[in-house]
Amino acid sequence: MLLALILIPFLAAIGILGGLPARLTAVIASLANILVATYALSCPACCDGFSLQVLADPKINLSLGITGISAIMLILSVIVTLAAVYSGKCPEGREKLWFSSTLFIAAGAIGAFLSTDVFFFYAFHELALIPTFLMIGILGRGERKEAAWKITIYLAFGSIILLAGLLMATMHTGSFAFSDLAAIPASEQNTVALLLIIGFGTLVSLFPLHSWAAPAYASAPTPVAMLHAGVMKKFGLYGLLVIGMKVAPEGMLYWLPWICVLLLGNIIWVGLVTINQKRLDLMLGNSSVMHMGYIFLAIAALAANPANSIAEPAAILLMFAHGISIALLFSLTSLVEQKTGTLEISQLGGLAKKAPALAFLFGLAGMASIGLPGLANFAGEVMVFFAGFADWTPGESMGWVQITTIIALWGVVISAVYMLRAFRNTFQGPLVKATENAADIHYCEKIPAYILAATLLVVGIYPKIILQFLSL
Amino acid sequence: MQPHFIEFITVGFGLILLMFEAFTKGNKSQIGLLAATGLTVILAMLFCPAPSCCPVPEWMERFYSDDQTARFYKIIAVTSTILVLLMSVDFSKVLSKFTTGGEDDSATGEFYCLPIFACAGLMWMASATDLVSIFVSLELVTISFYVMVAFMRRNVGSLEAGVKYLILGALSTGFLVYGIAWIYGAMGTTDITLYNSILESGAYHLNYLLFGIALILLALGFKVGAVPMQLWIADVYQGAPTPITAFLSVASKAAGFLVLMTILSPFLAADATSSTVSSILLIMAGATLLYGNLAAISQNNFKRLLAYSSIAHAGFLLIGVATQDYNAVSFYLGTYLLMTFAAFFVLALIRSEEDSDELEAFDGLGKRNPLLAFALTIAMAALAGIPLTAGFWGKFLIFKSAIANDISWWLLSIAFVSVAAGFYYYLKVVKAMYWNTAKDNTSITVPVITKVVLILLTAAILILGIYPQPIFSLLGQ
Repeated sequence: MLLALILIPFLAAIGILGGLPARLTAVIASLANILVATYALSCPACCDGFSLQVLADPKINLSLGITGISAIMLILSVIVTLAAVYSGKCPEGREKLWFSSTLFIAAGAIGAFLSTDVFFFYAFHELALIPTFLMIGILGRGERKEAAWKITIYLAFGSIILLAGLLMATMHTGSFAFSDLAAIPASEQNTVALLLIIGFGTLVSLFPLHSWAAPAYASAPTPVAMLHAGVMKKFGLYGLLVIGMKVAPEGMLYWLPWICVLLLGNIIWVGLVTINQKRLDLMLGNSSVMHMGYIFLAIAALAANPANSIAEPAAILLMFAHGISIALLFSLTSLVEQKTGTLEISQLGGLAKKAPALAFLFGLAGMASIGLPGLANFAGEVMVFFAGFADWTPGESMGWVQITTIIALWGVVISAVYMLRAFRNTFQGPLVKATENAADIHYCEKIPAYILAATLLVVGIYPKIILQFLSL
Repeated sequence: MQPHFIEFITVGFGLILLMFEAFTKGNKSQIGLLAATGLTVILAMLFCPAPSCCPVPEWMERFYSDDQTARFYKIIAVTSTILVLLMSVDFSKVLSKFTTGGEDDSATGEFYCLPIFACAGLMWMASATDLVSIFVSLELVTISFYVMVAFMRRNVGSLEAGVKYLILGALSTGFLVYGIAWIYGAMGTTDITLYNSILESGAYHLNYLLFGIALILLALGFKVGAVPMQLWIADVYQGAPTPITAFLSVASKAAGFLVLMTILSPFLAADATSSTVSSILLIMAGATLLYGNLAAISQNNFKRLLAYSSIAHAGFLLIGVATQDYNAVSFYLGTYLLMTFAAFFVLALIRSEEDSDELEAFDGLGKRNPLLAFALTIAMAALAGIPLTAGFWGKFLIFKSAIANDISWWLLSIAFVSVAAGFYYYLKVVKAMYWNTAKDNTSITVPVITKVVLILLTAAILILGIYPQPIFSLLGQ
């Protein structure tokens, strides 16, 4: 059953390459995946994990299973995949590449989150590498070639450092199964934690290894940007939570000051960079890098005290919320470009008059991303800030995490500045040349947006609907 | 049938084919198909279990072992020879152009027979357990290669490659004999199976022995393309006929590594010599990785790119030898065969169609022939070591044993940077095929043989990428 979740998009992608009608196959595959995922999650007992031994020595299994966090990541993946196949404007004649790449990336993401074996966890993630390279390089916008090389080399380098860390982490037991992961000897924890932080950190665009992300997302075709910023990027955070904290808790504690400083780099430095962006897509790319800082803050709180019971749910909820909101924003941005022909903020204005539905949805997603109460990101961010102070009793002197949390709170102001400004300049004010003849989004284009927006609302009001799966 | 007959059968088959070729007229490329068919029978024989009735006779035992590893390398040798012959059939247009000037293919007949002799040598090498039999079989291979590399006698590049290969090959042969002599002097025997007990008893001269080993490392460094004996690789690979380049880069390298492992394994296992030998190997590995990858980054000629990539791969393999993870090395070589041949099949076809090995010739291949482009993409992904292709497992296992053996961090960093560099230059090929637009958009028709082989190789790369056990089963694990 779980294998089907990977095979459906994978085989559909191969089918598309083999000549099946591209868009239809992609939509059917992603709908089927949602159904299978719903079934698998509603009745965990009725779909056993899957396991196939591929190598005896070292013992490596292709094994899949649903644990608490992976269930939530699975929901994120299938929802964003469905929205992604509906989003963006595929150039004439390139449907094969467009839809098959999207599905390959989705299959890789789902495979990585479902794997309960370190080897395949790593391997599935890399499935996205070549489709991403080709999609950005061929069908991207702007500085596409440079962006494609940058993301590929960065991610390749990050993954290979990650591989070193994973190999060191699994060396002592000789088994790659998640269930066999255990804390390694103290003498090696610092090295392994460092390798994992750099490796996973590159994939999550931790400051200062973040410079690939914004240009790549800005250049990438919409589905790739949605899947990458929304789903693939969560792979690194997931890895730190599931593997890093398990094999090297003391190592993570050792590097805690560094994590704190670097995550502030994400929130404050990249936040300020975001304010300065002149293009909507670059602004969103940078803002997604910035928001990674909050999730790292939750991880830092967990590293400071593994018994912190809020930190993990906080990280996961925010990962989910960020994934949905950034995917929605990228999807809507592509609609803005289709309607007006530009993404330069200075050339836009008054779009709300011509396209009220688009403006409403964009406003909703923007508010979510700032952290407006009632939307999913708020629940996540509030929990992160609580997690930062969970171990602190008034009167006590503050530790790294508390000080970082206080500074990080300013990030909320920064995101409010750039997001509200972008919204005002794009949707309000007088009509300008680019927006004079813009049409509102039609029925078909609303589908992905409404799916994502509804998810944001529901999870925002009732986060438990997602967090209940943590007990799986 | 005694196990060692299989080499005799192979040599005999080659001789008969040579005679047959001399006395028949007509399409010479059919000789190639005939040779491939014959070798397929031999390949099938290799998969049969060793008959229990007739073991290796006593007089032969010292020179010949018939274990699972030897069989694995024989399978590699025969498979790659078959692939070389099939590639040559589709490459015959270029061959005739540079032998008779393109009038007919009358001068290409030997080209389909010589690989069989090289193959016999490679098979013998896989079983050799004595320095003397190693030397003899190695020479059989090398001398066949001298002819094959320079076969396109009207092509200056091929001649130049032939001369370079001859001179450097002769030099390395000299090193090898000299090294064997020193080892014989230090150990008192050329029988490698006895070395373990001699090393244990201490009845040898350490300094003479180390000198001999150093000479042998140099000589075999030439075979596998490791620094400091790598200089010939780029020119010879570029000049030689493309099927022979593939042959050199797979079979010759695999045999070189097997010999390296056979000779060095007792020395790597013994306390007295292991640290010296393994540190020399690791230094060679680091230098080889650096040289291969740095030089590959700037290449715009696909054949040279593959040449430097083969040097880079030799670096990874040397790490495996130094850490004594011989199964990982054998596995790596098995997968290397698949991906390298996939790349060379596409290259050979483009060479005959476009008359160029430059990367530019691959521009827009994704439009001109999606199948070729897809197969080459998979091959490049595997060579770069992207997970879920067979190429990743090889690197994964090598890295695993490197980390488990605690090799120094600088070598590991070099290896990791090399992998990242590899992503760049292998993806450059993918980029040319899909991003760039072709000068002429005529579609390329793929001959049946190439098509079938490419589909098989690509499928094997992908299947082994998820389920690598078959290769380990062949290795007897």
